[in-house]
Amino acid sequence: MKILLAMILALVLAAPVQAQDRSGPLRIEITEGVIEPVPIAVAPFIAENSAAVDYAREITAVVAADLNGTGLFRNVPRESYISQVSGFDAPVAYADWKAINVEALVVGGVTLTTDNQLLVKFRLFDIFTGAPLGDGLQFAGATNSWRRVAHKVADQVYSRITGEDGYFDSRVVFVEETGPKNARQKRLAIMDYDGASLQYLTDASSIVLAPRFSPTGDRVLYTSYESGFPQIYELAVGQVQKRPLSSLDAETMTFAPRYAPNGRTVVYSEARDGNTDIYRLDLASGERQRLTSAPSIETAPSFSPDGSQIVFESDRSGNQQLYVMNAGGGEPTRISFGQGRYGTPVWSPRGDYIAFTKQNAGRFHIGVMRTDGSNERLLTASFLDEGPTWAPNGRVLMFTRESAGADGQPALFSVDISGRNLRRVPTSTAASDPAWSPLLP
Amino acid sequence: MKLTTTAIILAALALSACTNADRFGEGGAGGANGALGSVGDPTSPAYFNQAIGDRVLFSVDQSTLSPEAQSILDGQAQWLSSNGEYAALIEGHADEQGTREYNLALGARRASAVQNYLISRGVAPGRLKTISYGKERPIEICSDELCYSKNRRAVTVITAGSGV
Repeated sequence: MKILLAMILALVLAAPVQAQDRSGPLRIEITEGVIEPVPIAVAPFIAENSAAVDYAREITAVVAADLNGTGLFRNVPRESYISQVSGFDAPVAYADWKAINVEALVVGGVTLTTDNQLLVKFRLFDIFTGAPLGDGLQFAGATNSWRRVAHKVADQVYSRITGEDGYFDSRVVFVEETGPKNARQKRLAIMDYDGASLQYLTDASSIVLAPRFSPTGDRVLYTSYESGFPQIYELAVGQVQKRPLSSLDAETMTFAPRYAPNGRTVVYSEARDGNTDIYRLDLASGERQRLTSAPSIETAPSFSPDGSQIVFESDRSGNQQLYVMNAGGGEPTRISFGQGRYGTPVWSPRGDYIAFTKQNAGRFHIGVMRTDGSNERLLTASFLDEGPTWAPNGRVLMFTRESAGADGQPALFSVDISGRNLRRVPTSTAASDPAWSPLLP
Repeated sequence: MKLTTTAIILAALALSACTNADRFGEGGAGGANGALGSVGDPTSPAYFNQAIGDRVLFSVDQSTLSPEAQSILDGQAQWLSSNGEYAALIEGHADEQGTREYNLALGARRASAVQNYLISRGVAPGRLKTISYGKERPIEICSDELCYSKNRRAVTVITAGSGV
């Protein structure tokens, strides 16, 4: 499994992948920069009692979809199996899996208890070493949380094979868009990272923009025109209760809010007399502190995960560029120096990269750079890509991609920080401004 | 209290008219009758919107007022000076080529540029408010410069004044 682990780490981290020894266990081939996903088998989870049959089938499907969706794995269809998994504790027929080139096998069991609890257990096997990869693990949950349990199983599998934290048991808050381009209706919505369990958080009576999760995922900051002027609101997700955040007069524009890692401080932009600067607000006391004082536009602030620094965009140089300053303000350091304009910087939850939107030569890109601005890499290119948000493990980005023209519509897309595995995130209507939650508890 | 009075008048208007009761003719096309009044009546919001021109346009990323924009705003200032019962909400807009937050800030800059100009031409600051819609409310929906140039705008929307 060591080799498999190393290979997948290489996939995830976009490290240069060496040509493989064909006699080795792995068959990852690089064709024009595309790396073959690793074949795995998510065997149908065993229903330990008859009441669990439907759950077992659905949970298997979600685990397989999670792993397939990473682009790192390819779930081998059941029809190719030589032997079936007859029971959760049955011995693994390693040779039969090896014969169909499966590298890792996921075996699961589902029980529905008499008091309606779901018990979901799984084991992961490395076929080529012929040994389990980690211990078996069991999750318990209410029946209506079966999706979350499935995501937790997939997170474990992903994590054991890649050495990275998972990101499947997470949610995305975003803006649902309907209607024509010149009369767009917008409302806040929340869903699982894979598009399931959609719920609306606001109605479409006023424009809403750019929601952001609190570090614990239970609150959301967003901008709404509810009062007639764009202002920041905070919404408690569980209760779907909202309140205006600032104690400012109702006609001052506030927008681009984001929580500090402590969840108690918010940074945001305020426009006064046409000039936009960055402020920080203490949620408990309502105390406000101005962090930038320049005649240029300063907006889109985002904290480093340790809370000590803020990255933001400013056009003080003549066009949009990225700057880093101390969390208390002070002289910022410019970090973006390439061609074009840079905006919407977001610090990775791991602290290693800053993701951004770049505009250059009439195209939009999502990109990442080191926090000092070095190693810039563009991951996407289109008519309009913008507003990246990090998966909780800091290895995948979600963003808005809008198509051109009178019928143009936004949709949510995700991409690995390697630039691979560009995918459309399923939503039933047009959607924009995604924000990825932390991993759920 | 001036603010309270304004709010009450707005609320009263809202009862008697449709959804845009506190605004007269957003979008500029405007009807010849109703709240907008007749375009033939120089004291009407319809006249302001159509004969004087309720909007000025900007270059990419810019908020400076062209000579053409200034001449429209001169007309707006004159109209506002002679029609003291009205106030105005100046809306700043951006085209879709830009990130959401930046465009909000850019729209605020444009609205403010218009506001400052009107004040410099004698309109009382208390009669002018600004708002930015960023790229949220394009009027033209194609994705080329023909449309973009019309979306990079600041629109002076005539509203019910404080009755001074």
